[in-house]
Amino acid sequence: MISPARTDLTVADNVPFSQPGEPGFFALMLENPGWVSWLPGQFVMLRPHGWGSELTWARPFSISRVTPQGLVLFYQVVGRGTSRIAKLVSGDKVTIWGPLGTGFAVEPARPTLLLAGGIGIAPFYGYADRHPSPEHLSMLFGHRQISDCYPMDSLSQIIDVEHFRERTPADIPVFQDMIRARMKACRSKDGLALACGPMPFLRMIWEYALEIGLRTQLSLEQRMACGVGACLGCVTRTSMHWADAEKAGLPVQTCTSGPVFWAEDIDLKAGA
Amino acid sequence: MDMEVKLHPAGHDGVRPLSLKNPVMTASGTFGCGAEFMPYGNIARLGGIVVKGLSLRAREGNPLPRIAETPSGMLNAVGLQNDGVEAFIRHRLPALPWQDVPVIANIYASCAEDFGELAGILSAEDGVAAVEVNISCPNVREGGVLFGQDPVMAAKVTGAVKRRAGTKPVIVKLSPNVTDITVIARAAEDAGADMLACINTVTGMAVDLERRVPLLANIVGGLSGPAIKPVGLRCVWQVSRAVKIPVIGMGGISSARDVLEYILVGAHAVQVGTASFSDPAATFRIVDELPGLCRRLGIERLDDLRGALKV
Repeated sequence: MISPARTDLTVADNVPFSQPGEPGFFALMLENPGWVSWLPGQFVMLRPHGWGSELTWARPFSISRVTPQGLVLFYQVVGRGTSRIAKLVSGDKVTIWGPLGTGFAVEPARPTLLLAGGIGIAPFYGYADRHPSPEHLSMLFGHRQISDCYPMDSLSQIIDVEHFRERTPADIPVFQDMIRARMKACRSKDGLALACGPMPFLRMIWEYALEIGLRTQLSLEQRMACGVGACLGCVTRTSMHWADAEKAGLPVQTCTSGPVFWAEDIDLKAGA
Repeated sequence: MDMEVKLHPAGHDGVRPLSLKNPVMTASGTFGCGAEFMPYGNIARLGGIVVKGLSLRAREGNPLPRIAETPSGMLNAVGLQNDGVEAFIRHRLPALPWQDVPVIANIYASCAEDFGELAGILSAEDGVAAVEVNISCPNVREGGVLFGQDPVMAAKVTGAVKRRAGTKPVIVKLSPNVTDITVIARAAEDAGADMLACINTVTGMAVDLERRVPLLANIVGGLSGPAIKPVGLRCVWQVSRAVKIPVIGMGGISSARDVLEYILVGAHAVQVGTASFSDPAATFRIVDELPGLCRRLGIERLDDLRGALKV
């Protein structure tokens, strides 16, 4: 368990990746928070100092990278909070608390399939950076925007990335078949799969993981107010496999018991 | 400056006073069971810790989405998810520094008898300094706010809890979702409540116009945060003039200034709620800032400020 800390940090840069007219993708670079350690898959809560009382909550972001220069958060503008975060400039102050939650498993010798949907690619930069044998990593990346919207260069240099761009809803079944095929191939090599992306994408991978019997971890995305386990807004239902028998089959906080869960430990059935 | 507050209603001789280092407590449902916030400050420095609402048996709570952000506030319809009172006593209470900071157990039940049973179980624990009775939750079908909207039911629940609470003070938490909060306040006082807390959340809703759906699965929920501070101040003002027992104020407190405003309108102590979501260190910061603000405003004793509103 890595103890989180609350820190006030200065924005170093806030770099847009998308083209004009495309949905906004940015890399927010903050000064180094001085953490003793962190795990890829963990996240931070971020709240700019300028928000006053109008926006009540901080916003959760996967940690993309921590370098000696700083903390990098790769994010997409999706609502009121991220629209304002996109306007942060060098020198602005933010409060963050983290690193929060669970991280992805690292099994150096095992073939590991990274399944990223859209902005769900964010935690895999740090995962690839930190993995002791990146030659065992491969990624299937599904996205709607052109790949220029995503900072791909640094990732493509380390690992093998296969792209799939969804242009129309008719492309979805093709992508689903690709995911299934890659997961089956991974299973045949006794591999590990790690997934991050929107909930419909994760729910599909959760179903395939249980059907195929592939060891799979999912990083879930939920609406969160606090990030520390208090608001109970982000719960996920556990399965009967959950290690703590008293909590098996019951809702647990995604922020503290997750965001990274083993597929067999949770129940993502619609309405569960 | 001495920030200590002693909550002890005159004439309630069989009840232990609730002694707080300072008037700033945490509000139920916004501070987990306390341990969640230990990385962000020393929780023993707080005035008191009110834990997430406890029921006799574990409750799953409502379906998602349970929370929605609204201007200067938020809506929640969590539905009192909790592990049940036994799990709290076994796993959570021993992890809290209850010898150094009062731990107040907030309780919820769907009938007066169960409220009494919960009070009996919890008041027997050395680590529980007081019991706070939630007759004001807007997000559960049975009981909840229904008890808090009917003076007869409010008195019945208060009486049931008092009979089982022994020497531990009983705080009754009131709902603002009533026509006249003083009617319920007096009913609880007459039934033996040692203190009152107000307010619980204000019922509200938020919708997504494009998708034509409510933002909460429960459709309606409870509004909290700075948006409800004027409602909280109004209720504390009215209630503190209507009863003789101490009143604990809450609703939208996010600064030391807010704390003093609540004391000015009549509160003996306060609880910080949603501000802990905006910043997990909010309550610690407020405790730190309070003495300095009192000095700047020339307040030598909190007793001098309490209810001193010039009208």
